[in-house]
Amino acid sequence: MSSKYDVLVIGGGNAALCAAISARRAGASVVVLEGAPKFYRGGNTRHTRNMRCAHDAATEILTGPYTEDEFWEDLQRVTGGQTDEELARHMIRESKDILNWIVEQGVRWQPSLGGTLSLGRTNSFFLGGGRAMLNALYLTAEQLGVDVHYDAEVTDLLIEDGMFLGVRLKRPIDGATEIRATSLVAAAGGFEANIEWLREHWGEAADNFLIRGTPYNRGSILKMLLAKGVQEVGDPTQCHAVAIDARAPKFDGGIITRHDSVVFGIVVNKYAQRFYDEGEDIWPKRYAIWGRLVAAQPDQIAYIIFDSTVVTSFMPTLFPPIAGATVAELAGKLTLDPAALERTIADFNAAVRPGTFDHTILDDCRTEGIAPAKTHWARRIETPPYLAYPVRPGITFTYLGTRVNREARMVMKDGRPSANMFAAGEIMAGNVLGKGYAAGIGMTIGSVFGRIAGREAARHARN
Amino acid sequence: MHGTRILEEADRLMTVCNSCRYCEGLCAVFPAMEMRRAFSDGDLNYLANLCHACGACYVDCQFSPPHEFNVNVPKTLAVARAESYAAYAWPKGLSGAFARNGLVITIVAALSMAVFILGFAAANDRAVLFGVHAGPGAFYKLMPHNAMALLFGAAFLYAMLALVMSVRAFWRDIGEPVGGRADGGSLVQAIRDAGELRYLDGGGVGCYNEDDRPTDRRKLYHHLTFYGFVLCFAATSVATLYHYLLGREAPYPWWDLPVVLGTLGGIGLVIGPIGLLVAKSRRDAALLDETRYGMDAGFIAMLFLTAISGLAVLVLRETAVMGPLLALHLGAVFALFITMPYGKFVHGIYRFAALVRYAQERRQAG
Repeated sequence: MSSKYDVLVIGGGNAALCAAISARRAGASVVVLEGAPKFYRGGNTRHTRNMRCAHDAATEILTGPYTEDEFWEDLQRVTGGQTDEELARHMIRESKDILNWIVEQGVRWQPSLGGTLSLGRTNSFFLGGGRAMLNALYLTAEQLGVDVHYDAEVTDLLIEDGMFLGVRLKRPIDGATEIRATSLVAAAGGFEANIEWLREHWGEAADNFLIRGTPYNRGSILKMLLAKGVQEVGDPTQCHAVAIDARAPKFDGGIITRHDSVVFGIVVNKYAQRFYDEGEDIWPKRYAIWGRLVAAQPDQIAYIIFDSTVVTSFMPTLFPPIAGATVAELAGKLTLDPAALERTIADFNAAVRPGTFDHTILDDCRTEGIAPAKTHWARRIETPPYLAYPVRPGITFTYLGTRVNREARMVMKDGRPSANMFAAGEIMAGNVLGKGYAAGIGMTIGSVFGRIAGREAARHARN
Repeated sequence: MHGTRILEEADRLMTVCNSCRYCEGLCAVFPAMEMRRAFSDGDLNYLANLCHACGACYVDCQFSPPHEFNVNVPKTLAVARAESYAAYAWPKGLSGAFARNGLVITIVAALSMAVFILGFAAANDRAVLFGVHAGPGAFYKLMPHNAMALLFGAAFLYAMLALVMSVRAFWRDIGEPVGGRADGGSLVQAIRDAGELRYLDGGGVGCYNEDDRPTDRRKLYHHLTFYGFVLCFAATSVATLYHYLLGREAPYPWWDLPVVLGTLGGIGLVIGPIGLLVAKSRRDAALLDETRYGMDAGFIAMLFLTAISGLAVLVLRETAVMGPLLALHLGAVFALFITMPYGKFVHGIYRFAALVRYAQERRQAG
């Protein structure tokens, strides 16, 4: 038996560190077990860049107020109402103070990045990005005296009658393969990097998914908790998924493989057929629907097709577009049927109605007489070279999780709150996000519930 | 396609970074990058010289090694920067001096000091060389003023010419439109940015060294070095004015302006370089272009040698060792002058030009 801590945190991202810092500041002794090596610490936090917090007035870095009600309306809209209203409103209220609290933990803000002006009012950006944010949190945690261990993979949770006792480790820490603690904060993320688990729900399609974060987000803690009596929440197929470049690596391609060019062209599947209204809503509001749309297409592959007139309308991309002097040549390079692609583009071009293009509003450039229609920003694709990006579903994180209450306390299958087990971050995101996504909300869930979980876990341990 | 492999790598990194942009709040490099979608050799040399090597973007990068994207902007730009010094060197024939710069600087310095010592010995009687000299004109008993002025004036003018020609080539390569002139506002902005080392602070917290804890050590030591150098230069300028305008000959009393400026500057130039060298040894090797250690250390050593020999002349100027020490000091200063265009000294000139260009771009962008 090794030394006993007040609070044991599993995970190493935003939620885990907020929990560790908050518990330590409340007087608890804290240990953090991060399953990944030091470089890959922090799960998806290393790829994030901003957080969505409510605020009643403009700040140094936010261009205007974003009220609790507006935040709630946005959340309701993106989730289609699939959210726990009490918990969500609680989170939104608490998010206001997070803007200041996180700065006290050493994190620095900056105004929205180039190319993200649409988020300038609602989202606060981390100076230097998510890894800079993580570095600041780790530094603060270590200065406060939190013990942090990397490569600290947990193989079993010791839970008796809904009571957390400790964890068993794959590799010993200071000679011990078990660590006991009075409270648990599980902040170990979703199961998006666990392809076998994804396959259980998606079938073979899962093999074509690209995972935007590290290979360490395997959901093993989530699986153990659900197996040991914690109530589950959320649909296992729901996740944050965007269309990313098909040439991206299988894991950890992060933000730079995304494409924000959908609204400037058309998107076709492997049969060179369009399948969804590319001009439905202003980017990036509909950014997060394209992962699921592509996942539903045969072989989970699609192609954003545009012409040379729009190449400077969106951010430069990591992978260059594939180019062809003619539509047929482009189709050849994409291994699409040239005749089918020529027909699709000809039909689309013929359906485009005259209008005044303005990508900043829902403009009047639309198609008539084809299905699906492109309802805004429709312009003919006719100026060679013709260009394309191949895209696949890029899974950011899954929504299946552990049910929690307002104290971030896990709820057991019988409906009773656990005495000493708390959860924060993506492992419980499904409480708030039944489906859909609003930029930066994953970090809000992490920081708000991390802070609460740490505080409550410390309170339990100190009583 | 670029001229060199390092520029190919810099282009690859800027393409990665331009599709991420998380670091745009850290310094000037990334906002400058965002104003472009493609990068010419000149653009990359501009960005390389705009980088102050604080290391923040490496520590903050989710794609730095061991990630497969292998993004190491500080190191790549450090190599590109050093190669740009050689690429723009004037005359072209001397660009090879940058290849084994530490060795070149050492040889030039050793030769220069040896020639001065031998020259002093050959031109002066033993009694004069090891004599005790005091009062106005004491130094000129060992080397006539006109000879000193001619030799050092010529060396200085050559260094200026070579530097101007080099930076002109750089400016033409990085500028749009070609050879465009800098406006006054941009110059003032660049002087301010360079003067306070605005971008040597990791976006506000300090430089990254051996761990995750940034400090402002390098900034402090660089300030001591740079302002020490400026004070020494001012001391020489004031002394020149004294000599020609007021007819007052060196050495001057300890309280007089040239000596006060020179002493303060000399102290800065002793502490600063030592601090920089120590700070360098504490940096994460991953951030550095270690093949250029000789160039960095050579320049730092030259500054240190110049300052310490100058201070020694000051302290011991009324003793028998003044003659040999003066020879040593003049040898060091001469070597410093003639190697200026072919050593680490140029980093300040190119970086300043890059800051002017950046200030200009910002103003044009509004």
